[in-house]
Amino acid sequence: MTAKALRNPVDFSQFPDRAGHFGRYGGRFVAETLMEALHDLDDAWRAYRNDPEFLAELDADLARYVGRPTPLYHAERWSRQLGGAQIHLKREDLNHTGAHKINNTVGQALLAKRMGKTRLIAETGAGQHGVASATVAARLGMECVVYMGSEDIQRQALNVYRMRLLGANVQPVTSGSRTLKDALNEALRDWVTNVDNTFYMIGTVAGPHPYPVMVREFQAVIGREAREQMLSDYGRLPDALVACVGGGSNAIGLFHSFLNDSEVAIYGVEAAGSGIETGRHAATLCAGRPGVLHGNRTYLLNDANGQIIETHSVSAGLDYPGVGPEHAWLKDIGRARYVAVTDDEALRGFHDLTRIEGIIPALESSHALAYVTQLAPTMRPDQHIVVNLSGRGDKDIYTVAKLEGIQL
Amino acid sequence: MNRIARCFADLRRAGRKALIPYITAGDPRPALTVPMLHALVRAGANILELGVPFSDPMADGPVIQKACERALAQGMSLRRVLEQVREFRQTDAETPVVLMGYLNPIESMGYDTFVAGARAAGVDGVLTVDLPPEEAAELAEPLKAAGIAPIFLLAPTSSAERIRHTAKLAQGYLYYVSLKGVTGSAALNVAEVADKLAGIRALTDLPLGVGFGIKDPPTAAAVAQVADAVVVGSALVARMGELADDPDQMLREVAERVGAMREAMDRSGPAKD
Repeated sequence: MTAKALRNPVDFSQFPDRAGHFGRYGGRFVAETLMEALHDLDDAWRAYRNDPEFLAELDADLARYVGRPTPLYHAERWSRQLGGAQIHLKREDLNHTGAHKINNTVGQALLAKRMGKTRLIAETGAGQHGVASATVAARLGMECVVYMGSEDIQRQALNVYRMRLLGANVQPVTSGSRTLKDALNEALRDWVTNVDNTFYMIGTVAGPHPYPVMVREFQAVIGREAREQMLSDYGRLPDALVACVGGGSNAIGLFHSFLNDSEVAIYGVEAAGSGIETGRHAATLCAGRPGVLHGNRTYLLNDANGQIIETHSVSAGLDYPGVGPEHAWLKDIGRARYVAVTDDEALRGFHDLTRIEGIIPALESSHALAYVTQLAPTMRPDQHIVVNLSGRGDKDIYTVAKLEGIQL
Repeated sequence: MNRIARCFADLRRAGRKALIPYITAGDPRPALTVPMLHALVRAGANILELGVPFSDPMADGPVIQKACERALAQGMSLRRVLEQVREFRQTDAETPVVLMGYLNPIESMGYDTFVAGARAAGVDGVLTVDLPPEEAAELAEPLKAAGIAPIFLLAPTSSAERIRHTAKLAQGYLYYVSLKGVTGSAALNVAEVADKLAGIRALTDLPLGVGFGIKDPPTAAAVAQVADAVVVGSALVARMGELADDPDQMLREVAERVGAMREAMDRSGPAKD
């Protein structure tokens, strides 16, 4: 994989192009009614992305409100037990609100404020992005509406209550499969109707341009820190990166600063659910094919007629039939490798980390951990893996208990 | 000449405006779609917009979302929509048919296969809601080469530059979305629409259709005063859903609604242009 990347040198700083294309992926596939709003957002984003005052305010918020930088923790005991590479956890679970999602919402909120918007809307699957959105809205005194599939509302009651405590209006979405993709449809419909005063905070590196690049830039702080921490603690870059991929924002956030380091192997881990062969999964890059949904061209899980199909994963945050367009492109050019682990494997990863390192991981992140248990033993003890521990698992304990037949 | 261009030329000579009903193919039952299309023509429709059901209709309100869900649950697909158009064409060689839908089913079929299939079936225009002009060349060019009009949306927010660019790529007519929102939203403001259409006419000679928010004969008549075509969708689709179990009543009542709009549009007489 790395050898292939070396044979095809790509300057990753040149992507996406001005219209948001990563190779054939990305772009802007929305109704005309949203095009001007996207142009306005792109103009604002381009005006502020390098503005020293904006960046200073963002850095201050990340330091004092979010709690960055997050530690890079050497999981010594787990590394020893697996008997291979040294495993380092990028502790995004220690951020305010318990996941990487807030890196993005803090950034988009600063942009919304500068654009004079008074109302924030967001979609959410597991509820982490919804909580992160409701959090920044509370802090700015802005109205916040979060769209959430009615199925997910059932699965994530704790986060629903957190959002309501924070003052957000959680709108159940009952159309389609009643999960994240339908919440995204409904948020887009709200945006098109209330475009004058409303800022749409997309929670992942998907959607129409400029969302994939904008969210990547806000999440890239993860990889920038991890790179510096590896260099200062060990004087070298890691040999491999591992992150879970639903829409793919925590993964792009970790990967981006390492894309030009062709000696660093990159692994994105998708949700194989009950197993790819059962059809009950959410492994878009491993088992899907290119198409157009939610404003961008990317890999999708769709049937032979181009209808989007329902996905399954034990983790609501990975339960999405699309994926960020940059991941689609990284897969095609061979810079990153995408694999999938099942619900059962992820649950073993969840328990392993909890019992061996005393850290309860989110079920999403547990997919990355499960792949590490396969990868680390194939590597030498003098090699290093950085895995993104994208969120903490408090929100998932009801799900895990229920799977084990325990009533809390 | 394409059937759409001929239709607008004929109407212009007669001093009339086009009435374009929209229905979702396969809703409420696949077997009712072709009889419904014929009934719409008899009631005074000039062009037919046939919706291609999609699992994720992002620009549509609840009425058309539910229509899509009903149609998909009965096995509708782009391939079957093309079969319905072919069947319609066996007894109507004149009325233009425009497919309206989302890009993914077309991508999934493949652009070349789709264009060939649409041409063979007798499709006259294709409006892909989530395909703005910037991304459209790859589909618009083969459509044009096959004599099928690529039709595009314009919005209240479209800038003069975008209108000019869109008009260059489009054929058939331009579809002006008369309000901010999804299909089936609140009623439109005719004065605002008139203003905006005047601005668009300064930039293009293509006929202008107006849709989203036209629910009744008075609104249809008022819009016909300023536009070349009036598109009505959710108001019909909602009633079709309600009468799903009584097909005869459904065909009769929906045709009556379209007939009432037709009459109101014609009664208000030729517009000023």
